[in-house]
Amino acid sequence: MNHCHGKDLPIEIPQGARKIVLAGNPNAGKSVFFNALTNLYVDVSNYPGTTLEISHGRLGKDVIIDTPGVYGLSSFNDEERIARDIILNSDIVLNVVNALHMERDLFLTQQIIDTGIPMIVALNMVDEAQAQGLKIDVEELSRELGVPVIPTVAVKRIGIEEVKNSLDKAVTGNPTPEIKEKMLLMSNRVGHQGEALLILEGDEIVARRHGLEPGNEMEKIYLLRRKRVNSILESVVEKTNKSRVFSNWLGKQMIKPLTGIPILLVVLWLMYEIIGVFIAEGVVEITEDIIMGEYYEPIIRGLIGKFINEQRWLGYILVGEFGLLTMTVTYVLGLLMPLVVGFYMFLSIFEDSGYLPRLAALVDRVLSFIGLNGKAIIPLILGFGCVTMATITTRLLGSEREKRITVFLLALTIPCSAQLGIIAGMLAAIGTQYALAYVLVIASLLILVGTLLNRLLEGKSTDLMIDLPPLRVPRVGNVFKKTTVKSYNFLKEAFPLFAVGALLISVLQLTGILKWLQNVLSPLTVGLLRLPAESATAFVMGVVRRDFGAAGLYDMTLEPAQTLVALITITLFVPCIASVLVLFKERGKKEAVTIWLATWVIAFLVGGTVAWLSSIFESPMLVGIVFAALALLVAYLSGFVKAGKKASVGM
Amino acid sequence: MTLENLKKGQMFKIISIPDPYIRAQTIRFGLGEGETALCEEVVPAGPVIIRKNLQEIVLGRGLAKQIVVELS
Repeated sequence: MNHCHGKDLPIEIPQGARKIVLAGNPNAGKSVFFNALTNLYVDVSNYPGTTLEISHGRLGKDVIIDTPGVYGLSSFNDEERIARDIILNSDIVLNVVNALHMERDLFLTQQIIDTGIPMIVALNMVDEAQAQGLKIDVEELSRELGVPVIPTVAVKRIGIEEVKNSLDKAVTGNPTPEIKEKMLLMSNRVGHQGEALLILEGDEIVARRHGLEPGNEMEKIYLLRRKRVNSILESVVEKTNKSRVFSNWLGKQMIKPLTGIPILLVVLWLMYEIIGVFIAEGVVEITEDIIMGEYYEPIIRGLIGKFINEQRWLGYILVGEFGLLTMTVTYVLGLLMPLVVGFYMFLSIFEDSGYLPRLAALVDRVLSFIGLNGKAIIPLILGFGCVTMATITTRLLGSEREKRITVFLLALTIPCSAQLGIIAGMLAAIGTQYALAYVLVIASLLILVGTLLNRLLEGKSTDLMIDLPPLRVPRVGNVFKKTTVKSYNFLKEAFPLFAVGALLISVLQLTGILKWLQNVLSPLTVGLLRLPAESATAFVMGVVRRDFGAAGLYDMTLEPAQTLVALITITLFVPCIASVLVLFKERGKKEAVTIWLATWVIAFLVGGTVAWLSSIFESPMLVGIVFAALALLVAYLSGFVKAGKKASVGM
Repeated sequence: MTLENLKKGQMFKIISIPDPYIRAQTIRFGLGEGETALCEEVVPAGPVIIRKNLQEIVLGRGLAKQIVVELS
C-alpha cells in the first residue's frame, strides 16, 4: 500500500520504481554519496511552499532522492519538515552517518529506525574516526541497530560500490524498546508507523493530517532514544588516547578573541590577496582584456556585422555598447567568472575545514549589538563575494527578525566582490585618506542601521546554538567539486539576468530615455550629491547591477571629493537585479519592495550628507570621522527613545 | 549555578534547560539534561563551548545564563 500524506515532492516516480532516500546529519557526506550513486542524470526541484532545492536522480530503475541535512525529524524548521515528509514517503532509507559524530548522528538513525522504514547505514569517514582514536565495532553496531552497516570513506570512493550493492538488503531495524507498544497502538489508528511515531512526538503538522491532537511525549521519547543510543555507543565505540592534538588546539585558538581576531585578519588578507589582487587584477586582465576584448569581441562583431548593420537597433542590441553577445558575455565570463570561482573556492575551503562555525562563535558577542547572533556572520561574509548568494544563506538564521535585519544590511551596506574590486581601484587612485573615510562611513552606517532595526523590529533574536564539526584540512577533490558546481550554478543564473539588464539599457539608450533620465535625476545628482549630470547614467546602470554602475563612474572625470560621494552612494544603492529577484523569493513582495525603496532613500540621504560635510571640511578623514560620530550618536540615542517608550507603556 | 559561571576545563552535569526547543535539540546532540560534559572554552562576554567525547556545541551567552548545571 502506498500511503501518501501531505505535500508530495514534484518528482515523477515511474511505475514500479522504489524511492531510495538519502538521509543524514549536516556534513555527514550525503552529497558525495548522491553524486557517486546517480552519476549522470540529476534534477533539482523546489519543494512546494519553500525555497529549498531537492536533488533527485536515477539509480537503475529506482529513483534516488537527497534530503537536507537534519539532526532529527520534526517540525523545527523547513529543512526538517521537508526531510521528514520525504523520508516518511520513502521505500528505502540510506542513512549516512558521520563516524566522528556518532553520538549526534545515531539519534537520527534510531529515529528513522523507529519509523519502521527499511534502512541501511553507510558509516562514513571511518578513516578520520580512526585518526581521532576511535575504534568502532561495525558488526556489533549492525547487530544492535538491526540494519546493515557499511564502513565507507565516500570522498575516496571507499565502500560506495558495496553500499550500492547492499541497497536490496535494507531491512526494518530494532526500534527503541520502550516506545514500541505505544507506536503499535497509534499505528493501528493512522496506518503508518512513521506517522504514528511523529504524532506521539507531538508533531502538529503530521497530527493535523490525521485529524488528531499531537501527543505530548516528545521529550520522553527523545530521552528514551538518547538512552538507547548511548548504550549502543558504549558497546560499539572504544576510545584510545590518540587524537589530533594540533587541529584541536588550532580550532580553539580560532574561537578565543585574543588569537581568533588575528587569525580572521590573516584569512581576510589572504582572501584579499588572492581574489582582490591576483584574480581581480592579474587573471581578469587576461580573461577580460585579452581573451574577450582582443579575440572574442572583434570576432563576434565581424561575424554579426556580415549580416546585420551594427549601427541599426538590432545590431546595437546584439553587439553594441551594451550588446547581448558582446558586453554580456565579456562581463559574465571575462570579469565575473574568475572572481566567482576564486570566491567559491574560499567558501568551499571554509565549509570543508569547519572554520565558519568557529568564526560564528568568535563574533557572537559583537553581532548581538545589532540584534543578530554569531551565525549571521556567514551570510555577511558571503555578501562580500556575492550578495545574491548571501541572501539565500540567510535561511540558516534562527528567526524572521534576524533574517530581516541581515537581508537589509546585505542589500544596503555590503558591496559584492565585483563592485568592491572597482571601488578599491578608484579609492586607491585618490589616496588612503579617502579609502579610510569610505570605510568609516559604510561601517558606521552598518552599525547605525543594524542598531535601529534591532530596536524597531518586534520580537527577540535567538541565541546562538551550533555544533562544532572537527577542524580538518579541506580535501582538494571536495573543494574542487563544490567550486565547480557552485560556479556553474552562478553562470546558469547570471547569464539570463545579465542579458535582460543589457537589453534594458540598450533600449533606454536607443529610445533616448537614458538622456531624459539624466535630466530628470539632475536635482538629485547635481543638486544633492554635487556630481555632474552624466553621473545619472551610472545610477541607472546601477539599478541593474551596482558594479555595473561603479564601472560607469570609473570612466568619468571627478574631483576626489566627488569620487568619495559617488562611491558611497553607489555602494548603498539598490542591490543588483539578481539580488532583488532572490529578495522577492526569500522575503516576499512587500518586504522586498520596502527594502528596495529604502536603499534608494538611504543611499541619496547618506551621499547628500557626505557631500555637504565635504563642502564644510577640507580633509576627507574629518568628513569620515564626523559622519561616523553622528551615526554612532544617533544609534546610541535611539536606545533612550526605546527605553522611554517602554517606561511609558509600563505606566 | 548556570553554564555562564563555569570555568574552562571544569566537568559538570547539566541539570535543567528551560527552553523546550533547545532542550529537544540538545538531546539530539547528546548534551541534554542529565548528561555530563566538559567546559571547553568560555569566550569573554561571549558564548560557552561545551563538549562530550567528540561532540562540541557552542551556546550563546543568553542561553548559558538559563542553563542550570552542577559541578561533578
